Amino acid sequence: MILFLEQLLNGLQFGVMLFLLAAGLTLIFGIMGVINLAHGSLYMIGAYAGTWVAAETGSFWLGIPAALAAAALTGFAIEALVIRRLYARDHLDQVLATFGLILIFNQGITLIFGRQPLFTKLPAAFDGSVEILPGLPYPTYRLLIIAAGLLVALGLYLLINRTRVGMLVRAGATNREMVRALGVDIRLLYTAVFGLGALLAGLAGIMAAPILAVQVGMGEQILLATFVVVVIGGVGSIRGAFVAGLLLGVADTLLRAFLPGLLRQLMTGPEADALGIGIASIGIYLLMVIVLLVRPKGLFAVGS
Amino acid sequence: MMRRSHVFAALGLIVLILMPMLTDAIGQASLLSLVTRALIYGIAAASLNLVLGYGGMVSFGHAAFFGIGGYVVGILFQNFSDETLFLGLFPGTNQMLITVPLAMLVAGVLAAMIGALALRTGGVQFIMITMAFAQMLFFLFVSLKVYGGEDGIIIRKVNELPLLNMKDKATLYWVVLAVTVAFFLGLRQVINSSFGAVLAGIRQNERRMAALGIPVFRYKLYAFVLSGMGAGLAGAMMANAMRFASPDMLHWMKSGELMIMVILGGVGTLLGPFFGAGALLVLESTLSSWTEHWQLALGLILLVLVLGTKGGLMALIGKVWARK
Amino acid sequence: MKKLLTAASLLALTSLPGFADPVKIGMITTLSGPPGYLGEQIRDGFMLAVEAEGGKLGGVPVEVVVEDDGLKPGNGLQIADKFMNEDGIKLITGIVFSNVAGATVPEIVDNDAIYISPNAAPSSLAGADCNPNYFVVSWQNDALHEASGVAAKKLGYKTAVALAPNYQAGKDAIAGFEREFGGQVTEIFTSLDQTDFAPEMAQIRAANPDVVFQFHPGGLGITFLKQYQQAGLLGQIPMVLSEPSLDGVILGAVGDAAIGIKGTTHWAADFDNAASQEMVAAWTAKYPDRPITTYAQQSYDTAKLIASAFAKTGGVDDMDALRAALKSADFTSTRGNFAFGVNQHPVQDWYLTEVVAGAGGKPEVKTLEKLRENVGDIYAAECKM
Repeated sequence: MILFLEQLLNGLQFGVMLFLLAAGLTLIFGIMGVINLAHGSLYMIGAYAGTWVAAETGSFWLGIPAALAAAALTGFAIEALVIRRLYARDHLDQVLATFGLILIFNQGITLIFGRQPLFTKLPAAFDGSVEILPGLPYPTYRLLIIAAGLLVALGLYLLINRTRVGMLVRAGATNREMVRALGVDIRLLYTAVFGLGALLAGLAGIMAAPILAVQVGMGEQILLATFVVVVIGGVGSIRGAFVAGLLLGVADTLLRAFLPGLLRQLMTGPEADALGIGIASIGIYLLMVIVLLVRPKGLFAVGS
Repeated sequence: MMRRSHVFAALGLIVLILMPMLTDAIGQASLLSLVTRALIYGIAAASLNLVLGYGGMVSFGHAAFFGIGGYVVGILFQNFSDETLFLGLFPGTNQMLITVPLAMLVAGVLAAMIGALALRTGGVQFIMITMAFAQMLFFLFVSLKVYGGEDGIIIRKVNELPLLNMKDKATLYWVVLAVTVAFFLGLRQVINSSFGAVLAGIRQNERRMAALGIPVFRYKLYAFVLSGMGAGLAGAMMANAMRFASPDMLHWMKSGELMIMVILGGVGTLLGPFFGAGALLVLESTLSSWTEHWQLALGLILLVLVLGTKGGLMALIGKVWARK
Repeated sequence: MKKLLTAASLLALTSLPGFADPVKIGMITTLSGPPGYLGEQIRDGFMLAVEAEGGKLGGVPVEVVVEDDGLKPGNGLQIADKFMNEDGIKLITGIVFSNVAGATVPEIVDNDAIYISPNAAPSSLAGADCNPNYFVVSWQNDALHEASGVAAKKLGYKTAVALAPNYQAGKDAIAGFEREFGGQVTEIFTSLDQTDFAPEMAQIRAANPDVVFQFHPGGLGITFLKQYQQAGLLGQIPMVLSEPSLDGVILGAVGDAAIGIKGTTHWAADFDNAASQEMVAAWTAKYPDRPITTYAQQSYDTAKLIASAFAKTGGVDDMDALRAALKSADFTSTRGNFAFGVNQHPVQDWYLTEVVAGAGGKPEVKTLEKLRENVGDIYAAECKM
């Protein structure tokens, strides 16, 4: 039971990370209609910039604003120089352009930081684990990630449901043309949304840096799972991204943790292991296929 | 106009036929294998373009068909050389007249299964669901120890064709060229047929076509299966040209690469995907021999191309053409 | 086409006016993407040996042509084709990954050029498909993980949890470990694209074994070790690793999280033989910011092997003589004992190491003892050569 609880927490933490990335992506996608493959690069830039500043200053906490600033500035630059010219164009042109951006950012990082993965030190206060239940020690830093993720979710909820900007965002996700027709400065809104998405990606990057390998290409490793979250949740829906992120995080974790063991009790021999691992590694894709076959527009489809 | 394009097509074909002599003459023999691969990728990209450009179905999972085509050749060869039976039932073979049609068949069946499910969705959901199926296949082959797993299958000897010495690089090239030309003519036939017209109609307005009493789903599925078979053909030829099949052929990055080739060349054009495939391969090969930071240069070139042209290389060629 | 001329080859050209053209050596390696540092180590390790001789190997001026395969088998094949057909290169090395090697090596050996592997050694090329034109200077996968099994047994552990990604090399790793360990093993397979190992950490804690064995190369290994420490398992349950999970770069990226971990390796930076010390000193002088790894060492040994052969043959004009000279492995390896088996894969010793806190506060690998002597691989028996 304690093991199950611990795995549940692990799933929650993974889900929160996915949410941080997916939230920005789903907004950019839903409101601006842009497929941004370079979203993973913003995550990588956040991790590198944050790690570098943390190493130079000796404080992890100074790394966070640095990561946010670097990712947001890069986001603004991408939007102004590339994405803005592609709003009116086909999705496919956006795919090609942002693929080009991935290559540029990966090689750029290699040129600046070299090819070796960087070391990110955990903040001293969150170095250990705390016993949240008798017999269940849990890394403090992971609790911090969960808390930060939930805070961001709450903040986004308030921003989108309680502010004027949020109203425009909601309107934009439902009917882009209508918002434009009503005379809203759509360009400013787009820039703001893109910047916000980049900011969240940067935050995810620096939060992940102490627990993952900070290396070139780290963005592409999580990009696919992020897109899966966006699609399962419903394009343009923050609520969907939140639910789908947690769902996927928990499902992925529990499948990996318990499926091989369960199958071993039902079947005998190496087939059980092979099947268990097989299903666990394709778990998120299987989940997406099932969701889409039942609800072709995702769980929380916007504007339908 | 029509006449001039015919002259250019004939000239292009002659250059392609004489390619082995040309590459020899300029002392760049390895260029021949680059052109061989470009033609094969061209087949795969053009197949993708049938659904993506003409049918408006953005498949992000065509590596599944490309890879399965390669694996059919690889698995048959391994069973042939070990003298074992596939699944304990079928013997292997190294005869291209069997392996390649079989690869297309298997890819077609796979496409029918994936398409039947995936086509229930549309838009970005279709992109993701095709990707998901391809990824599942990728993980399946990565964990298939019998067939090399992550390391892939080495096909020690290229498949045989009666009367031909396939070990000769030029012969292999001409076989690939013949397959490419046949494929191209077939594809043109399909696109110019009434089937192609219906497909284009579905892309423009699906609801209207349905209202006209056309079974939209079935048409889309046919196109998807045809496209999958084309990609399977390309995969089978690639396994022969590289004498190797690996999960790398099934990875989502490969699906992305095929998509990039189509977009780079020109979506919804007949020749575009071939130009796109050739351009990407030549760029990769040339840039990487100049600098180890070739990806930076490639990224910049792609970015400039997409911002500067609308409709890829074909649009660029069209502009130059019109100026003459 | 303009080629990437390395500093050393320029040196060779300028320092030897009027002499014969340098012998070209082709290097196909992975320099881009997450594993780019592996290719960088291989390239720089090789060049270290070339530069130490002033642009020569075994007295013969050489020019090393380097190209990035981008971890794509097709690109590797294309580069090999170009090397052989246009540049007339007869000697190729450098490939990091088995799948690139699988596509590229057969093409090279069939064209009567020689391939010497500084790293990748797929089992498919070690047995019945062995070839006189194919040499491996690194190690065969199975031998590597057997050593960890030997180590865990010797350290007196009875139960183990073994973890590796669910792919061929991962399964081989666990099988190799089990073969020699003999105790009770719980297998946990992970995924190649996994970024979070928290579920596995919980399973390890629940199983509470005597020892953990895991094989996660590159970035996966960094992530695993960091999370192992953060889960509070480091110091509670000992860990035994094979060398690719514990290279110098991984150590640098995980920091203290590696201290106390036992490893098995064919070479470590603290080896006290003269050849190794000379190499480490040269590396530290040239790359003070970058730790030296086994990848660089394997590549350095490859260059030294080529030098020993060139000293006898004077170049690549007589390929039969060159093959014979390479096969005799008449060089001083930085790892001490070295010979080729029937299949031209190494027969060598394996060592037990431990990660300790180094002088500068950075963790270092310390060699404890020799585990096994003169070990080849199980595929050699299938090779008829």
